[in-house]
Amino acid sequence: MASLTPESGMTENTVALESFEIQTEHRSLWGDVWRQFRKHKGALAGMFIFILITLCVFIGPYFYDVDPNAINFRERNLGPTWSHPLGTDNIGHDTMAQMLAGGRVSLAVGFLAMLISLLLGSLIGVLAGFIKSLDGPLMRLTDLFLALPILPVLLVIIMLFRDRLRSLYGPETGIFLLIVFVIGITSWMHTARIVRGDVLGIKEREFVTAAHSIGTRKSRIIFRHILPNILSPIMVSATLGIANAIITESALSFLGLGFPPDFPTWGRLLYDGATFIQITPSRVIWPGLFIALTVLSVNYIGDGLRDALDPRLRGR
Amino acid sequence: MNDHMDVLLQVENLAKHFPITKGVFRRQVGTVKAVDGISFEIKEQETLGLVGESGCGKSTAGRVILQLYPATSGSVVFKGVEMTHLSSEKLRLQRPKMQMIFQDPQDSLNPRMTVGDIIGEPMIEHEVYKGKERREKIEHLLKSVGLNPKYTNRYPHEFSGGQRQRIGIARALALNPDFIICDEPIAALDVSIQAQVVNLLEDLQEQLGLTYLFISHDLSMIRHIADRVAVMYLGVIVELASSPSLYGEPLHPYTQALLSAVPIHDPGLEQKRERIILKGDVPSPANPPSGCRFRTRCPIAGTQCAEQVPEWREKKQGHWVACHKA
Repeated sequence: MASLTPESGMTENTVALESFEIQTEHRSLWGDVWRQFRKHKGALAGMFIFILITLCVFIGPYFYDVDPNAINFRERNLGPTWSHPLGTDNIGHDTMAQMLAGGRVSLAVGFLAMLISLLLGSLIGVLAGFIKSLDGPLMRLTDLFLALPILPVLLVIIMLFRDRLRSLYGPETGIFLLIVFVIGITSWMHTARIVRGDVLGIKEREFVTAAHSIGTRKSRIIFRHILPNILSPIMVSATLGIANAIITESALSFLGLGFPPDFPTWGRLLYDGATFIQITPSRVIWPGLFIALTVLSVNYIGDGLRDALDPRLRGR
Repeated sequence: MNDHMDVLLQVENLAKHFPITKGVFRRQVGTVKAVDGISFEIKEQETLGLVGESGCGKSTAGRVILQLYPATSGSVVFKGVEMTHLSSEKLRLQRPKMQMIFQDPQDSLNPRMTVGDIIGEPMIEHEVYKGKERREKIEHLLKSVGLNPKYTNRYPHEFSGGQRQRIGIARALALNPDFIICDEPIAALDVSIQAQVVNLLEDLQEQLGLTYLFISHDLSMIRHIADRVAVMYLGVIVELASSPSLYGEPLHPYTQALLSAVPIHDPGLEQKRERIILKGDVPSPANPPSGCRFRTRCPIAGTQCAEQVPEWREKKQGHWVACHKA
């Protein structure tokens, strides 16, 4: 207001015309988001660790080309040595090679299963919250899924489809698709409930009525006004979903319903190692550590993204 | 006044009832008669004030007129088009001509959109003004509501309440409407800002030839801005007259009571001001009193008032009232 001279006459309607410097150049939304994201130290560290793990797991095997399934009975239950940096297990598998191979599967399962459950959960949640006539049926469906005893259902699904998928896509891809799908469609319910609740709240806000009054189409109201405002719970569900999917996959493998025994995943390594925890504790520590690190880093990334995507928190 | 002007909006027996449901099966056990048969017309470039205490159905009336809620019965004719039975797409194409300014400037702007996006949204939806033209139009609109046109990349939370209300006004103006419903646009603002916003609305009306339906519970503000005033009580209009006539000589006892509550800014006169204090609360709109709805609180109610619904009659030239005793 400093430059307003007395003669300029502050009439009522020009009070708001402030003359101090204003950011004028157009900043892109994603530029703003990135700037805010960088301020979140935890999110940055999380992203660094997550990228590191992903790189190790996907590119690592090209540098460390030990066959994870090679059995060497002479070198079993070893501690860390130069030829086996993370030691070996009770039948002489190289733990490092198994960790790398297992991580690839675990990360892929975690991500894809999370995506499926997120899409399904958000879709059902938004439809139930936005369209009144669908609310009852969809929410009862959600209750039904929550009430289902998951393990017997998984058993039946896998028994029914395992052989068909195996013959269609080969044993590994077939099982991979089956597991991702099965985890995805049995873990969307919490997301759906949370999203529905938030949609019900947002839908009654005046800016949605305002959008309606200017003639915005229903689909655009959902994508422009409702979804961006329920981003936080979706983000939280997503980050928790990855962890959940990794753990569920390992439980399935443990029960013999997942990948074949010679196919390493982090969850499988953890369960196999648990029996030998007193002889070679490192077999439990490594997969456990990497599952925990992945989950934690994804959580922090989600936290940082959520803050960065909220314009009210940006620039603080 | 303005008799030569054309009628822009005609509302006939408009009603909005909300169902009350109960139990597991959502059985309907009653209706809230939020708006129960109101009729009025608004001429071009006129401001009609709609006053009443909270809960009397003012805002619902505004929203039903805009077809934001489907009407239970009655008709709304806007520029010769019957609005209540339009298909949703046809209605969407009518929307640019009638807009709304909302009560809560905090809540009526999407916190995740920039000011430019908020004002530009109607233009995108109706595919008018593209690219550079749209940017220029947005800047022009910001300027015309007294905001700095360079604010387009900012978010609503960076503004004060009065500034946000200006953004809301700019959005309502984006499609060059003829008719704007102002739903208590000043109720959430400081008194000093209220005057600014009302003056802005008046200036815009003069420049752009707008017609307003101005909903408020602030009698002095309505007196200032409105050409004609309608007084609502419990879902019905009880009195409708030109502003000088209504404020000078209120006929309905409810209007008289309302006006007696307005403070006078002269301590001498204020001392002598006689207040008509209404007893009791507003009855429930789910179960309104028989006959005249105001009779339970009316100081002059008689037996006739409980039996007969008072007729809507023109007591004087352009001064309508619904009261047996008036």
